[in-house]
Amino acid sequence: MTAAPLHLVGERLMLDPMGALFWPTHRLLAVSDLHLEKGSSFARRGQLLPPWDTHATLDRLTVLLRRWSPRIVVALGDSFHDAQGASRLPSGELARLNAMTAEHRFVWVLGNHDPTPPDNVRGEWVDSFALDNIVFRHEALVGARAGEIVGHHHPKALAPTRGGAIGRPCFVADAKRVMMPAFGAYTGGLDVRDRAIASLFPRGGRVFLLGKDRLYSFAY
Amino acid sequence: MSGTLPEPFAGWFAAQGWVPRPHQLAMLAAARAGNSVLLIAPTGGGKTLSGFLPSLIDLTERRSLGPTPGMHTIYVSPLKALATDIARNLLRPVQDMGLTIDIQARTGDTPANRRARQRAEPPDILLTTPESLAVLIASPDAPTMFGPLSCVVVDEVHALAGGKRGDQLALCIARLTTLAPGLRRVGLSATVAHPDAIQAYIGADRRIEVADGAPPELTTMIPEGELSWAGHMGLEAAPLVMARIREAGMTIVFVNTRAQAELMFQALWKVNDPTLPVALHHGSLDIEQRRKVEAAMAAGSLRAVVATSSLDLGIDWGGVDQVIQVGAPKGISRLLQRVGRANHRMDEASRAILVPANRFEVLECQAAMIGVAARALDGDPPRPGGLDVLAQHLLGLACSAPFLPDDVYAEVVRAQPYAGLTRKDFDDVLSFVEDGGYALRAYDQWRRLFRDSLGQLHVRGARIAAQHRMNIGTIVEAPLLKVRLVGKKRFGPMLGEIEEYFVNQLRPGDTFIFAGRRLQFLRLNATVVDCAEGGEKDPLVPAYAGGRLPLSTHLADGVRALLHNPSTWDAFPEQVRDWLRQQRRVSRLPGRDDLLVETFPRGDRWYLVAYCFEGRNAHQTLGMLLTRRMERAGFAPLGFVATDYVLGIWSAHRPRDIASLFDEDMLGDDLEDWMADSSMLKRTFRNAAVIGGLIQRNIPGAEKTRRQVTVNSDLIYEVLRRHQPDHILLRAARADAATGMIDVGRVAAMLARVKGRVVHMALSRVSPLAVPVLLEIGRETVRTDDSEEDLLAEAEAIVAEGMDQVPSRRPPAQQELFA
Repeated sequence: MTAAPLHLVGERLMLDPMGALFWPTHRLLAVSDLHLEKGSSFARRGQLLPPWDTHATLDRLTVLLRRWSPRIVVALGDSFHDAQGASRLPSGELARLNAMTAEHRFVWVLGNHDPTPPDNVRGEWVDSFALDNIVFRHEALVGARAGEIVGHHHPKALAPTRGGAIGRPCFVADAKRVMMPAFGAYTGGLDVRDRAIASLFPRGGRVFLLGKDRLYSFAY
Repeated sequence: MSGTLPEPFAGWFAAQGWVPRPHQLAMLAAARAGNSVLLIAPTGGGKTLSGFLPSLIDLTERRSLGPTPGMHTIYVSPLKALATDIARNLLRPVQDMGLTIDIQARTGDTPANRRARQRAEPPDILLTTPESLAVLIASPDAPTMFGPLSCVVVDEVHALAGGKRGDQLALCIARLTTLAPGLRRVGLSATVAHPDAIQAYIGADRRIEVADGAPPELTTMIPEGELSWAGHMGLEAAPLVMARIREAGMTIVFVNTRAQAELMFQALWKVNDPTLPVALHHGSLDIEQRRKVEAAMAAGSLRAVVATSSLDLGIDWGGVDQVIQVGAPKGISRLLQRVGRANHRMDEASRAILVPANRFEVLECQAAMIGVAARALDGDPPRPGGLDVLAQHLLGLACSAPFLPDDVYAEVVRAQPYAGLTRKDFDDVLSFVEDGGYALRAYDQWRRLFRDSLGQLHVRGARIAAQHRMNIGTIVEAPLLKVRLVGKKRFGPMLGEIEEYFVNQLRPGDTFIFAGRRLQFLRLNATVVDCAEGGEKDPLVPAYAGGRLPLSTHLADGVRALLHNPSTWDAFPEQVRDWLRQQRRVSRLPGRDDLLVETFPRGDRWYLVAYCFEGRNAHQTLGMLLTRRMERAGFAPLGFVATDYVLGIWSAHRPRDIASLFDEDMLGDDLEDWMADSSMLKRTFRNAAVIGGLIQRNIPGAEKTRRQVTVNSDLIYEVLRRHQPDHILLRAARADAATGMIDVGRVAAMLARVKGRVVHMALSRVSPLAVPVLLEIGRETVRTDDSEEDLLAEAEAIVAEGMDQVPSRRPPAQQELFA
């Protein structure tokens, strides 16, 4: 595994190919848009997606916690797919999550899918989280001061290759802002050329496509 | 043959100057005897009227005794347009004879108010498509609506049976037979390779076959000069084709893909000096545009139409004098169907000209002509019905009325594609419909079906039923975007639809060819591609997924037989004969039952060329499997290219022990490993998941920004594969993979056939027969076993090298990078 270094307002950050961000100075690990219990959220409405999405997402989170041994874990919002998501957590998954929150300081940024803190998940539930000169938000703030790390849009990008265009979830970054890919097991993506994302990066920047063991970087 | 037509039908036939044909009388006799029947007749045989006549007569006779209750006949057509056209065509005799028979069409295009009226007051005869019928079957009105039904007529049944639409229709007919126990089933089919299978499909007691008319007159036309070694567009034949168009009244120029249609249309207009009216027709054009072309054809105001399979089926266009097929026909049945478009009368020979686009296609055209003369029809034998289609159907039944699983199982196995369905598979599908069928019963509280105390299954609520109706159908399209022409001041007409994949490569200002026009890409406006006429850059042609049909097994055998037997070569132009003679001298010719594999060095690479003749899809699969194996053997394969005839692989090291490379055991673990990661299996999984109702269809017009909340079927696939590899939808996806895009079935059959018969020729240089495949490198998409990871790494490196100096808004288009 090779993480890609990235500088934002003078801070050195590491982009992990699993779609996470690590800030060595504070041993802070950030993940975004976990969308836990998306499967059961769809099932409620008659679309019976396989029920193992939370399991798969927590498996991946476990790998990251082991890899980086963070002091702080920041989840950038939409951690649950809907407001009742946490109450539907199967007991085994809830126990795994509790074990994680017991071992690490968890900061849960609230998102549009999970606007209120659930009562069964430990950690700090906040609207945004600031540390030094970097702010972690769910949704990018237009005109925000440089130094913003956000989620929400689930960016993905297409890279042209010899075998045709290959689409992957990606980080998008310019000098002011880093947008993180969605981490959840069933999450779809929005093309970075969409206005919703492009308007946040008016002068372009770089995209970092997630790969198996490394990231692939292209101009944006 | 019993008797004649009753009045007023006999009088009406006489007034038209027609005599009832024997098969029309035989169909009537079958109806009177209450028999289900399959009519097989060549195009132009008056098939459709034969199908309706008994119903019209029966309705008229019953009417004379008093009112008839409800719907009498359902006519099902694979084409929406056909249902509408037939409705119009039937109205004429009905009005002429003064019959009070109500005939209406119902398709996805029928307005909602008319659909509601049809439910309240069903017409005597309803003309519809399999999808619209399935929607009706899923409604609570189905029992009352279909109870009185006497007859179901399936037109062009050969085009439906054997596919998923056919599976769906068979299940619907089984349901109709339950609702209306005396129901007669009537199939109308073109001449087919497997008439028994079609008869079993329709469940007919008897078969009426009309002998083929005069055999078609086929000729091959080859442009002057050096024959193409590779490529399949055949554009250099445009002047010759134009000359033929000039000599005939009305010509259909058939091509094999939509991209080819666009290019051939452009090429013809470049040489269209007298400015003859030549039009374009293919499935991606806007329906309005297509209807205009069809109307102009019917009115006789066109001299030629460049068309794809979009004109293979459909009503008699009349007045077509000749058919020109550019590019090899790929299948004999398909060629016959196309040829039948000319002179739509049985007693006259149809005229058609074949224009091969390269050397191998010269052989293929010759094999096709021999096949047509021998009436050696091809076509796939029936395969078991799809489990995803069954899942959709079962939910539809529950939406209509509660059912007992035992009853429905008995009904389902009466549908021929499901005759072999085990109770276990049925129960697994039912359990998937009920609660997802996951080993871990996590969704007990969100079941879509619940059981009452009698064991009957009910649908859980109106929302599930409404969702289901939106999801009915077995055609899953790649994401499409509408193309709109934008004028100076206002929006112009919709031109049609192109694949999102293609639009993703365009930048504002890029030029492309679509709908016979040169268009400049302006912008993407939600789901509409805005374009202006004109443009400067070299135009691109839209790519369409899965556009090309592979060579049929039958035709492949024909090509092999020609190659193998020099006494048949007289039919070929001297260039082709010389090419084959050279091949025989420096290497050898592929035998009838063996597999010729050549290896030779060229530049710093080694090439392996296998003459399999199994079609592109099978060759691609074989290429993936062989490169894996060569990798393990240390030959360092670098890439491969697959044509319909040949597979070519290049490697850094000399491949050895060729025979064992082709050992059948590659279908074991290698295949499993590769399929699990294959993007093609993910695509078939997505289709199965949509048809089976796991994933909702993309609702057209839904806002693009909503995409972020839609589910990613690839990720679902990964999760499902890890936790429940035998899940019913994964099984459905694997079954689909055996045919179609991956065509494992054909690879398996070939490996078994050539076992112990691999003939390896170690050459010092490229052989004549290998030249075409080497020339395809760079033309065809070259697939390698490189993972996406390798491709991304390479692209990143190339971009970093050349393109990264100028910051751009987005990754540069592929064409610029690799041109």
